[in-house]
Amino acid sequence: MSERILSVLVEDKPGVLARISSTISRRGFNINSLSVGPTNIEGRSKMTIVTELESVEQVKKQLNKLINVIKIVELDPANTIESEVLLMKVSINKDSQTSVIEKANLSGAKSVDVGQDYAVFELTGTSKELKKFENLLKPYGIIEMIRGGRIAIQSNL
Amino acid sequence: MKNELLTGAELVVRGLEHLEVSTIFGVPGGAILPAYDPLYDSPIRHILARHEQGSGHMAEGYAQATGELGVVIATSGPGATNLITSLNNALMDSTPLLAITGQVATEAIGNDAFQEAFTVGLTMAATKHNYLITKASEIPQVLLEAKHIATTGRPGPVLVDIPKDILNEKAEWIEPKLLDLPGYKPTLEANPKMIQQAVDLIKESKKPLLYVGGGIIHSKANIELFDLAKKFNIPVVTTLMGRGAFPDGDDLCLGMPGMHGNYTATTSIQNSDLLIAIGVRFDDRVTANPNFFAQNAKVIHADIDPAEIGKVRDAEVPIVGDAKSVIKGIIEKLGDAELETSDWIQEINTMKEEYPLNYKQEDKGPLKVPYVLEELQKMSDEDSIVVSGVGQHQMWISQHWKFTKPNTWLNSGGLGTMGYSLPAAIGAKAAFPDKQVLALDGDGCFQMTCQELITASTENIPLKIVVFNNGNHGMVRQWQKIFYNNRFSASELTHHTPDYVKLAEAMGAVGLRMEQKSDVKDVFQKMLEINDKPVLVDCVVDPDDMVFPMVPAGGSNDVIILSEEDLKKL
Repeated sequence: MSERILSVLVEDKPGVLARISSTISRRGFNINSLSVGPTNIEGRSKMTIVTELESVEQVKKQLNKLINVIKIVELDPANTIESEVLLMKVSINKDSQTSVIEKANLSGAKSVDVGQDYAVFELTGTSKELKKFENLLKPYGIIEMIRGGRIAIQSNL
Repeated sequence: MKNELLTGAELVVRGLEHLEVSTIFGVPGGAILPAYDPLYDSPIRHILARHEQGSGHMAEGYAQATGELGVVIATSGPGATNLITSLNNALMDSTPLLAITGQVATEAIGNDAFQEAFTVGLTMAATKHNYLITKASEIPQVLLEAKHIATTGRPGPVLVDIPKDILNEKAEWIEPKLLDLPGYKPTLEANPKMIQQAVDLIKESKKPLLYVGGGIIHSKANIELFDLAKKFNIPVVTTLMGRGAFPDGDDLCLGMPGMHGNYTATTSIQNSDLLIAIGVRFDDRVTANPNFFAQNAKVIHADIDPAEIGKVRDAEVPIVGDAKSVIKGIIEKLGDAELETSDWIQEINTMKEEYPLNYKQEDKGPLKVPYVLEELQKMSDEDSIVVSGVGQHQMWISQHWKFTKPNTWLNSGGLGTMGYSLPAAIGAKAAFPDKQVLALDGDGCFQMTCQELITASTENIPLKIVVFNNGNHGMVRQWQKIFYNNRFSASELTHHTPDYVKLAEAMGAVGLRMEQKSDVKDVFQKMLEINDKPVLVDCVVDPDDMVFPMVPAGGSNDVIILSEEDLKKL
């Protein structure tokens, strides 16, 4: 099943995230990713919701009923620029140190913190790229990893 | 010159007066107490319920009978949680409601303070929208917005939660003005292109059927609906929430379809080639298994809530708009068209003759609810307001009572809330003191909110209550008979406890009882003559009676169980 990406413009008011997630769980919709942050417009936040639902129309309509939801746009995957940030703490030792850092750098990741037995990398990319990076460093021992949720914007045609 | 400063509590009361609210229902308590003080001097009538659930249903009954906003006020914690059933009920039945709740003081929020509940969180999924007030100065504006949201578009409940310190904080009264709500712009006027597409389908159709519901009543579109049906000879089925939107007794009125709908209404949908669905939501009690529902029909679906369109059934012509504007548009575009529906109407009339609703009342046998209803309707006012509970009696009323006007049939359709009838009837009678209001309830339902009979007596609300006392949770018993091999697990209540006549008297009402056919007229005569007190009639009925027709949940509307003998079909 293919993914559908919704870009949801909302009023930046207390409880908006709770309303959105309440509606999503109330209606039994499954989502892959949800991220939220401020926009260039004062008082407005944007949420990016990624789902595999075929019935994305129902999700859109139900979310649109929320008073604090201003606009919902479904992004065309062929024309969407997508990005997500990842932070990963990998264990290192004398033997592995060089190859871990080299691999990370070749992948475009930035080392943001390096200690005696660990290194923290930051990588921004599509979810596919992040997954690839995770697989690349898995053999060295991932201590902790976190992803920031996917955000997306429509490209000009 | 600066306006005088008012407390948040005074702003609440002034705000309600400004919204032209004349009656509110509620129960006081700690956190909301400041608001009750200015209420003491206000011309607003406050009706003191005995339980917050009751106060919520009262406000719903008021709103459903008037078509206007119902207002309920409660305290924090248990006051608010007790309201939730009525809020959810109003959400399901699209009833415009404003609930004002007290909250613990701002600085105590989140600390598990005495009588603290997370009211905004708890009611998020039970309201159309809700607010937590953070400054007294917001109150007038939020109340205006709340009313606007509750009463426009698809109506629904809105809750405003106000911490106690905010009720005591002082602020200026500034005349509220309706500001732009960027995320709330209901579409009222239908798109003319969609109306044209609808009209094209209607003109092609040989078997059109108007399938209409509560949306007609909310939109006050009953006159337009009547014009559309009569001018173009289109038969009409009215859902449970739409009873009264089209007059029973008219040749084109087929009544209620669905699980306990009559044969003709249900089957007409199955046989139709075009459903003109307006203000309905293809509820499972109407469609049964949607895969077998109206398989021969194309669908025009008009609703003010776009989320209803395509939710259960895809529509060939989706129309977002207010029912009244949609129907007017269709009538106008149909112009002088003449629809060839006479064969279709003949087919329907044959069904009506072949499969009438029936019941058998024996002279010496136990009372049957349909018989009692028919006798009561003969004796009661034409415009009386009937308020029902949930279960067998509700289905029998919808089947057998002849509703001719909108807003005269109040019931809990979507949520199916037992205990709705008595308090909702109190709300309706408070709105229309001169109208006859009949709370027709089941014994199981009545016991859930019966303390509100005290409210009716002490607030001088002389309504009539008929408790159909079959000593059981009747619908549960019916399902246990059919689906659980007569194993009556926890469905028996007993006919005799409580003694409803004594209970009524203890609560300041008049209690009467009927047990056999020969009692019916005399007892109702007495009931209808008493207008200075609430009257309760204990109507002892047959516990083994079952509601038919019946389409089992999840079944096909092509397989209708018409009688007990028919159960073998299952």
